[in-house]
Amino acid sequence: MNAFSHPAAVAPTIGYASDERALIPPAVKPRKTGTRRRLALGRAIPFGALVGPALLLVVWSIGSVAGLIDPRTLPAPWSVVGTAVDLIAEGKLQGHLMTSAWRAAQGLVFGVLIGTVLALISGLSRLGEAIIDGPVQIKRAIPTLALIPLLMLWFGIGEGMKVTTIALAVLIPIYIQTHSSLRSIDSRYVELAQTLRMGYGEFIREVILPGALPGFFLGLRFAVTYAWLSLVVVEQVNATSGIGYMIDLARNYGQTDIVIVGLVLYALLGLASDGIVSFFQERSLSWRRTLAD
Amino acid sequence: MASHLGGLSGAPVVRVESLIRSFGPRTILDGLSLDIDKGEFVALLGRSGSGKSTLLRALADLDDKVSGSGRLETPDKKSVVFQDARLLPWKRVLENVILGLDLPDAAKRGRAALEEVGLGGRENAWPVELSGGEQQRVALARSLVRDPELLLADEPFGALDALTRLRMHDLLRQLCARHQPAVLLVTHDVDEAVTLADRVLVLDKGGIVADIAIDIPTPRDHGDRRFGEIRSELLRHLGVETKPVLPV
Repeated sequence: MNAFSHPAAVAPTIGYASDERALIPPAVKPRKTGTRRRLALGRAIPFGALVGPALLLVVWSIGSVAGLIDPRTLPAPWSVVGTAVDLIAEGKLQGHLMTSAWRAAQGLVFGVLIGTVLALISGLSRLGEAIIDGPVQIKRAIPTLALIPLLMLWFGIGEGMKVTTIALAVLIPIYIQTHSSLRSIDSRYVELAQTLRMGYGEFIREVILPGALPGFFLGLRFAVTYAWLSLVVVEQVNATSGIGYMIDLARNYGQTDIVIVGLVLYALLGLASDGIVSFFQERSLSWRRTLAD
Repeated sequence: MASHLGGLSGAPVVRVESLIRSFGPRTILDGLSLDIDKGEFVALLGRSGSGKSTLLRALADLDDKVSGSGRLETPDKKSVVFQDARLLPWKRVLENVILGLDLPDAAKRGRAALEEVGLGGRENAWPVELSGGEQQRVALARSLVRDPELLLADEPFGALDALTRLRMHDLLRQLCARHQPAVLLVTHDVDEAVTLADRVLVLDKGGIVADIAIDIPTPRDHGDRRFGEIRSELLRHLGVETKPVLPV
């Protein structure tokens, strides 16, 4: 932008020319304030996050109406909505949704609990770290999907296998983030606790755990995403109910509209659960909010 | 200077004898000895790297990773004010003040301490909402609420602007007059030392090279002639020569 060639715009940053500046004849007309380009992004667009999806929806609708999109490839938005309404009326959608949500919730609870406990043991003691950190890192290197055949041999194809797979995927981000945030607590606070003669229990409660909370929440946001992700996989590999099963069945019969309903449902579940976690995150970390604002 | 303590003083609250502290091959404190009386305000000056902080950390029991020897007697009730306020960002101001204080009336004491440092009414603020000077006042309240017999301060005003620092000097002087802890104030500011302390020590090459009682009545005026003399003497011990301005 030519704003930068304006002498008045350059001089103050160089710092020697404040006197010379007065000598330069005003050959350039003084600019109206506001025409100068600002480097910051400017004001946020209200509901900006919805603009992209809405645009996609519009393109999709127009394409369907104009016959540019083959309904066998992608049915029109309204027929997807119609299918969803039918599925709800038959009670199928709710049933699959409940099954899937219950699986995800169980896996999430077990994974978060185990991940947190492991992170605490490994974060708070050298011996714990020596024993736990290695296996977790190895587990992290193995994709969860690759474990499914083994888990099927061990646990069969029932609910146990599905919940275990989800829990194993969830445990990793919880462990990694909580552990790293436990270990990166400022040593100055440790010193402070020492001069205040805090007991070990109090030190853990007042300094370590609150200090590790930001890491835990970051891990939790990953964990929720991982839970849905693994759910999709286990439900399509072997299931007789759940959204993944519904999608897989619809694929067999070429029912694209039901497939789309399932995908939209996954998206909504993922977004909603992430929203819930970030709501609690903000509430528990309100001491940081003033910094971020 | 300790005469206002009611006669029974005499036994120093801090006794240091032939203290040696070294980091690897480097000896920081080399046979240092020091007594601090009850209620006495001692300032410790020294160039950077002279071992001021090492001595303070030894007195604060924060040097378990340092090798050394010597005799060290300090009271149980002591507290430390660091250069940074070191408030836990996830605790509100009052919770920071009474952190680790296991008393039934801790909250009441905490409120009183905050009132004393001029922060009454800010009990529920988060540390990030306070200015640097206010944070340091919270740190002072956190120290005082423990009724320390010894207050260790490691350049507590070093990070504050000049104006705030002067206000903090007044505050510290008032608080010390009221609570009567023995104080060891580590600083690199000669004027600060002479303004606040009963006795100023200069640390150099691992030992105390100057020990000057400040015989100027309080409040002390920087323009005072005696103030200037003491300042020059201290600066000389610190290796900074000042040319006296001769009257024409």
